[in-house]
Amino acid sequence: MSYVPSTQAQRQEMLRAVGVSDYRELYRDVPEEMLLDRELDLPAGMSELEVSRTVSAMAAKNTLFSTILRGAGAYDHFIPAVVKSIPAKEEFLTAYTPYQAEMSQGVLQSIFEYQTMICELTGMDVSNASVYDGATAAAEAAAMCRDRKRRVTLISAAAHPDTINTVRTYCFGTGDELRLVPMKDGKTDLEALKAMLTPEVASFYVQQPNFFGLLEDADTLGEAVHAAGAMFVMGCNPISLGLMKSPRDCGADVAVGEGQPLGMPLGYGGPYLGFMATTQKHMRKLPGRIVGETVDAKGERAYVLSLQAREQHIRREKASSNICSNEALCALTASVYLAVMGPEGLRQAAQQSMAKAHYLMRGLTEIEGVRCVYPGPFFHEFVTTLPKQEEVLSALERAGILGGLPVEGGVLWCATEKQSREELDRAIAIVKEVLAK
Amino acid sequence: MKLIFEKSVPGRHCDLLPRCDVETVELPEGFRRETAPALPELSEVDVARHYTELNHRVHGVNCGFYPLGSCTMKYNPRIDEDMAALPGFAGVHPLAPAHATRGCREVLDTAAKYLCEITGMDGMTFQPAAGAHGEFTGVLLIKQYHQKRGDTKRRKIIVPDSAHGTNPATAAMCGFEVVNIPSAPDGCVDLEALKAVLGEDTAGLMLTNPNTVGLFDQNILEITRLVHEAGGLCYYDGANLNAVMGVVRPGDMGFDCIHMNLHKTFATPHGGGGPGACAVGCKDFLKEFLPASALMDEPGHIQVRAFAGNFLVVVRALTYLLTLGREGIPEAAKNAVLNANYLMRKIQGTFEPAFDRICMHEFVLDLSEYKKETGVSALDVAKSLIDYGMHPPTMYFPMIVHEALMLEPTETESKETLDWAAQVYRELYELGKNDPEFMHNAPHHAQIARPDEVRAARQPILRWQKP
Amino acid sequence: MNYPTELQYSRDHEWLRMEDGVAVIGISDFAQSELGDVVFVNLPEVGDETTAGEPFGDVESVKAVSDLVCPVTGTVCAVNEELLDAPEKLNEDPYLNWIIKVENVTDTEELLSAADYEATCTH
Repeated sequence: MSYVPSTQAQRQEMLRAVGVSDYRELYRDVPEEMLLDRELDLPAGMSELEVSRTVSAMAAKNTLFSTILRGAGAYDHFIPAVVKSIPAKEEFLTAYTPYQAEMSQGVLQSIFEYQTMICELTGMDVSNASVYDGATAAAEAAAMCRDRKRRVTLISAAAHPDTINTVRTYCFGTGDELRLVPMKDGKTDLEALKAMLTPEVASFYVQQPNFFGLLEDADTLGEAVHAAGAMFVMGCNPISLGLMKSPRDCGADVAVGEGQPLGMPLGYGGPYLGFMATTQKHMRKLPGRIVGETVDAKGERAYVLSLQAREQHIRREKASSNICSNEALCALTASVYLAVMGPEGLRQAAQQSMAKAHYLMRGLTEIEGVRCVYPGPFFHEFVTTLPKQEEVLSALERAGILGGLPVEGGVLWCATEKQSREELDRAIAIVKEVLAK
Repeated sequence: MKLIFEKSVPGRHCDLLPRCDVETVELPEGFRRETAPALPELSEVDVARHYTELNHRVHGVNCGFYPLGSCTMKYNPRIDEDMAALPGFAGVHPLAPAHATRGCREVLDTAAKYLCEITGMDGMTFQPAAGAHGEFTGVLLIKQYHQKRGDTKRRKIIVPDSAHGTNPATAAMCGFEVVNIPSAPDGCVDLEALKAVLGEDTAGLMLTNPNTVGLFDQNILEITRLVHEAGGLCYYDGANLNAVMGVVRPGDMGFDCIHMNLHKTFATPHGGGGPGACAVGCKDFLKEFLPASALMDEPGHIQVRAFAGNFLVVVRALTYLLTLGREGIPEAAKNAVLNANYLMRKIQGTFEPAFDRICMHEFVLDLSEYKKETGVSALDVAKSLIDYGMHPPTMYFPMIVHEALMLEPTETESKETLDWAAQVYRELYELGKNDPEFMHNAPHHAQIARPDEVRAARQPILRWQKP
Repeated sequence: MNYPTELQYSRDHEWLRMEDGVAVIGISDFAQSELGDVVFVNLPEVGDETTAGEPFGDVESVKAVSDLVCPVTGTVCAVNEELLDAPEKLNEDPYLNWIIKVENVTDTEELLSAADYEATCTH
């Protein structure tokens, strides 16, 4: 099946109308020797029922865990039903980029609302319509902070390894340097940072909470960065912002982050959502699509893609980024999530995630041989030592529990509002049992 | 229509979470938020109706004709959505152990194998999240290749002036100097202009074929040979792959690497501007440079985003590939080309094509004469189409044609739809001659009249503020 | 179209007037008309060096962006910050609303008279 609706008779009629006798003639510009003279080495087409069976069989080869105690950049939060149903609507789902404002007000307004919500969460003045994910948002932020004189980017070694590697790749592209600020006790080493803040440094990126779940002293880091005349970029967990001080209040010039916790499924890593916001001062450096409010010819409120002269299709090789899309449907998902959660629901999600993670930490560290690797307050992730790591994780798996992620020095655990006390107790009991052997 | 914030009622909320069943923990002093974010306070029915109202103000390809040139707006099958929503995919953590994610690997490996066969490539990655992101990845393959060979003098990427704006922006993001070469009048590569810029400093050439005016470049083998002879590599922008899949392969045209937009050619939904997904393919000798994830894979590779890419979009594309199969893939391409030619012929005689010859999957109308005659511009015609419930074509692209309208009907439109569309264009052609004023003010029955874009740019209002 | 005779012009559509050794620079009427509604002007900072024939900033309209090419080599000593808030002034009167002033001028591009410049625009 190819979803071609025309009948064979209609196709013949259309070929005649075009003035050719067969399909081959339509490709007369293609040199003969280049044409594929055989069938593709692919299976034959399938009916919808057969396809459904085949693809479902692949899904069945994955293990589904009923309890997920692993985060590290992808978080298993509760997704309300309406957050799934709204973005699945035919119109939202199958529209293109809203270039024709007169027939895309729904998409444009939803993005304008999303931008407002991101500004509210981050405390920033301006948000773009989103970028690919949290890692690319960090890379785009680094690029927007560079100018002619300041070209070097600093990043905390306590950031997500995929974020560090992505920023490194973007820097490799433009030929700019990335320097890794070392960590001390699982957090950014302030003294090392100060020493590295030389005049050629454009920006410093810190993740809050960081990869190990720890709370960074963002205010102090920001002060040091500003004292050196560089820009301060914070990568934030959006759920934590229901409870935590906004990046703006920590002094950030650019706030970015991975929006997946706002209603997107784990989905083996994507699609996710990169959010990105800045202050009024840096508005015109913000890459990506931005929606603005205006009026139409009749004076009615209307929304359009705005500040387009910053973008690649106009600036071409002078654009600082080639991004020309966003993750509109994921931004819509995040908006619907934030709308149904409201300020109180978001605070609850953050509060409960933090509470459950601390409950899990207390339960685990009561076990002989398990202790927290790093001191200091954390949000909903923490690293513990774990003897017989493989054995413990396997035992958890057999019980339908995905345990923490093995990292250097131990295991990185995560809990969210989704896990009940009972589930956490069960996980703790299994760890205890294996280690008691 | 009201903004969601304007519907907010203090104290209203949805009860979605249970009470916390463990002891709560307070954040330490200095980390706490002083004021809650001003998110809307609504009941679930408020939210459902707000977004339903917004949804009514959106036009999707599954709702009506959407012949947006160079965007390949084909029907997005619903089965693809069902497959992507399977808990066996949607609920998988990207860092779950390998033995627990065999199904995901099978999806990626199978899709990679099929796309390699379709493009004539040997390796494939799905990490990039969009077409432009794929271009970035592909050009970084070229950069790494030259760098590993110590061939550091290769600083220039050649881009024809008919190229999409992302091509030069990508080359610049990869640290290359962009060399624009003029196209021949038909948008094809001017061989003499190409020869003049090729040399020891050539890193590569970025090209789409069929080109941006919808024509297949007959000299393609000669072009890729010349670039290779100069020591450069050839990058295929797969934006227009829908015209040729299963008929001719970029790998057989001499290209070394390629990106494909799964959201165009392989029917995954655009979602109002994303998420898309991009596959980047390459020949054997470039495979070692493909990206990987620092956490999921072994270190030492470039990486363009976290984890393995927009996986759930790849599930949709694989579902589509399996549905079409070996006979459906070329059938789709051939009928995309047939539909474009049929629509072009049906409109011809009123608005004239910029190139009067067989086109590929899309064609460009040149309205410059018509504008001189009537004062009605390509923009006026585009806006008038909205009143018919039809999405306008791509306007003012490619830049080498003035007053351009670019139409790409795709294979999933029926003869009836194409006949109706041609009829509408013919009516508008007459209307513009008789009542140009009416068309200057179009649309007349849309969600809004023409918006004031100058005002939006001069006095940017980019978020809602509490009055 | 207006081409004041007391000014000199570059082929990149900038005008120049010397005031006590300082070069006052703006864009021509032809340039603003070609651009359409100007929505933003990217300006250099005071103290930046300019090079004759090289861009020193750009002007944005809704759907285009154009480099501002400096006709002289020197040091920027003033920028017209009013344009940041009211870029439409470039459309209203491109000759009254200068963009930058450059001092320590050491080199100047080959410039055209009003009549010669007008000829290149109407060509």
